[in-house]
Amino acid sequence: MSWYEIKNLQSAAQKEIPCLEFLTLKRQIIEKISEGCRVVQFFGDKIGNEVILYVVLADDEQSKLFTASSIFSGVNSFESITPEVKSFHLFEREFFEQYGIKPEGHPWLKPVRKGIAGISSEENQYEFFKMEGEEVHEVGVGPIHAGIIEPGHFRFSCHGEQIHHLEIEHGFQHRGIEELFLKNKNKLEFLLKLSESIAGDTVIGHAGTFARAIESLGNIDVSRRAIIIRTIALELERIGIHLGDLSALAGDVAYLTGNAAFGAMRTKIINSTMAISGSRFGHGLIAIGGVNYDINDELKEKLTQTLNKLEEDVELAAEVLFSSASVLARFEKTGVVSLETAKDIGLVGPAARACGAALDVRTDHPYDGFTLFPVHKFTLKSGDVFARAYIRYVEIIQSIKIIRELLESPIDGENKKPLNNLSPNQFVVSMSEGWRGEIVHTAITDESGQLKRYKIKDPSFNNWIAVALAVKNNGISDFPLCNKSFNLSYSGFDL
Amino acid sequence: MFDLLKLRIRHGRQAIPDICKAEVMETFRGFPVIDETKSWNGGAGCKEVCPTGAIEINPLRIDLGKCIFCGECENISDGTIKFSNQYRLGSSRRESLVIASSETFEEFNNTAIEAKKEIHKLFGRSLKLRQVSAGGCNGCELELNAASNVNFDMGRFGIDFVASPRHADGVVITGPISSNMAPALRDAYDSISEPKIVIAVGACAISGGMFADSNQINRKFFDEVPVDLFIPGCPPHPLTFIHALLDYLSAKR
Repeated sequence: MSWYEIKNLQSAAQKEIPCLEFLTLKRQIIEKISEGCRVVQFFGDKIGNEVILYVVLADDEQSKLFTASSIFSGVNSFESITPEVKSFHLFEREFFEQYGIKPEGHPWLKPVRKGIAGISSEENQYEFFKMEGEEVHEVGVGPIHAGIIEPGHFRFSCHGEQIHHLEIEHGFQHRGIEELFLKNKNKLEFLLKLSESIAGDTVIGHAGTFARAIESLGNIDVSRRAIIIRTIALELERIGIHLGDLSALAGDVAYLTGNAAFGAMRTKIINSTMAISGSRFGHGLIAIGGVNYDINDELKEKLTQTLNKLEEDVELAAEVLFSSASVLARFEKTGVVSLETAKDIGLVGPAARACGAALDVRTDHPYDGFTLFPVHKFTLKSGDVFARAYIRYVEIIQSIKIIRELLESPIDGENKKPLNNLSPNQFVVSMSEGWRGEIVHTAITDESGQLKRYKIKDPSFNNWIAVALAVKNNGISDFPLCNKSFNLSYSGFDL
Repeated sequence: MFDLLKLRIRHGRQAIPDICKAEVMETFRGFPVIDETKSWNGGAGCKEVCPTGAIEINPLRIDLGKCIFCGECENISDGTIKFSNQYRLGSSRRESLVIASSETFEEFNNTAIEAKKEIHKLFGRSLKLRQVSAGGCNGCELELNAASNVNFDMGRFGIDFVASPRHADGVVITGPISSNMAPALRDAYDSISEPKIVIAVGACAISGGMFADSNQINRKFFDEVPVDLFIPGCPPHPLTFIHALLDYLSAKR
């Protein structure tokens, strides 16, 4: 076997992962991709003078993950996979930036986080694409944006009002998270809190993914109670952000009724998260081995009432929003991403489902509560701002139903189980569906059972390129709307 | 049309009528009360579990500028540390943020923010702020946005966020200041005309928080520029931010 087959959260002995000649690995990757697999991780681990490259591909239909590796020793280049399989483009750029091993033939070897003009070293500094001609002009936005959002730089090449090309520069948010993971590898509780800050809008998503990776390495069987509470928190996070996004999307097209109505609903939901965990974003809820806070009967009753009211409110507000001609005129056919493009670039999450790519880790690679209660995958076809807004509405209603079902099911077991030592020389992939899409953490332990590599992939890593593609040939004034319809994380990308 | 009217009626009035009387729910982790008489050995364990080194022992004290309010110390402290739901945590002095053993919320709240006459005169009725996220994870940013939403409606006090630093009276900083954002933050600060104020929001901005140990951050800005107002939290509650500003501007009504 030239691939080692695992499942989400199945901890495997590292020595089982086949180590191949790079060209063989490349041939195999292309073969697997043509069979319908997609890449979920592609990262390096430096040991002495050698760099080991790990590749994880997902077969979503069969809930399988395939891993393989290759060693680079004294080699400083390899044959790029991107010309054949586009979705590798950013993974290869990141690998090059981190280890200096060059993917030969890569069409666009732009720095990922370390090429910022005036800050990065000169040989790293990147020059944007230039477009020349009459009435062609450039618009530079950022790193500081007009509103209260994270920093990033956008460079538009426009012809009049029309965007011909958008280049996005990242790296402003780089806080060295993966380095901090290794620096603090003995302090798992610290790392859990650090996971909460990978992206502050995905606290439960990232902390849960980290906790499950560690639980898998430490052979901890989490109680049913903890599983259910975590899943409820994850779905509350999804509802809260989706409501906030609908509010902001309505605000972006100056539809203030929708802006106010969805905004008020969001407050109720994040306050429900606070009722459980003491934090509006769920800080402190997730523990390694379970949860820190319980949901008692009184809270259960309150949550059910809040959700029942919310369901009616959302349905009414969505009916009003999505039947307003002025809203539809702005939402429809704006920022279209085709299914083909989505598959090419490896789009994930609601953005992918909005253009017909049926990907959802909750169904494809179930974990926590989704092993008990299967989730149906909803997709839309149009791939425009409308679809990305409407899929959020659909998912809010779906998440309300999921939480209700979880609240009604019997809860038993303790909140939290004690932590065991992590198994040595193991490899585990922890995937989950955050509100933004697929979160992937990969952990590798050394012979003493300590973390020796921890790789994080936020869904924003897959999806930012889609923003650049979606705005092509749109008016520049539609950019904020397109951007908001994806609502991607800068810090999750920059790590 | 009828649906729209129905929606407006259901929406009702969402704004908190009197923000000075606003309370947050019991579960919220706000001002920590330290009672060392409860357990003789609580402190050492608390120091150990604290992810940001916010806790010092002998005597036990908590630095709200570092604290991320995760509650881990409370969970193991046998009642020695209890986070109350008092959300008014802002301070104009960095040292006031270190909460001493048996310090009460009233003691803290009475002295934490020094309201100055000239600040009231300059900004008491209108304060425009430029927000700069310098490595912020989007937690503080979301809560700052929420401060202007239909519930908290900070605009009613004349406090707004503006797009251009040229229109601003001050800068609100979130995040530990990533090295890659340090020059842009400095530019934004320099673009604001005098007199101007600096507000550090969240554990990351105040002390580096979870990222204090990272070599990808650059906090030189704070060596050069004094901070006028510290707003602790991870992230701070919108009410924490609003109240700190109202106290600082002596603008409560």
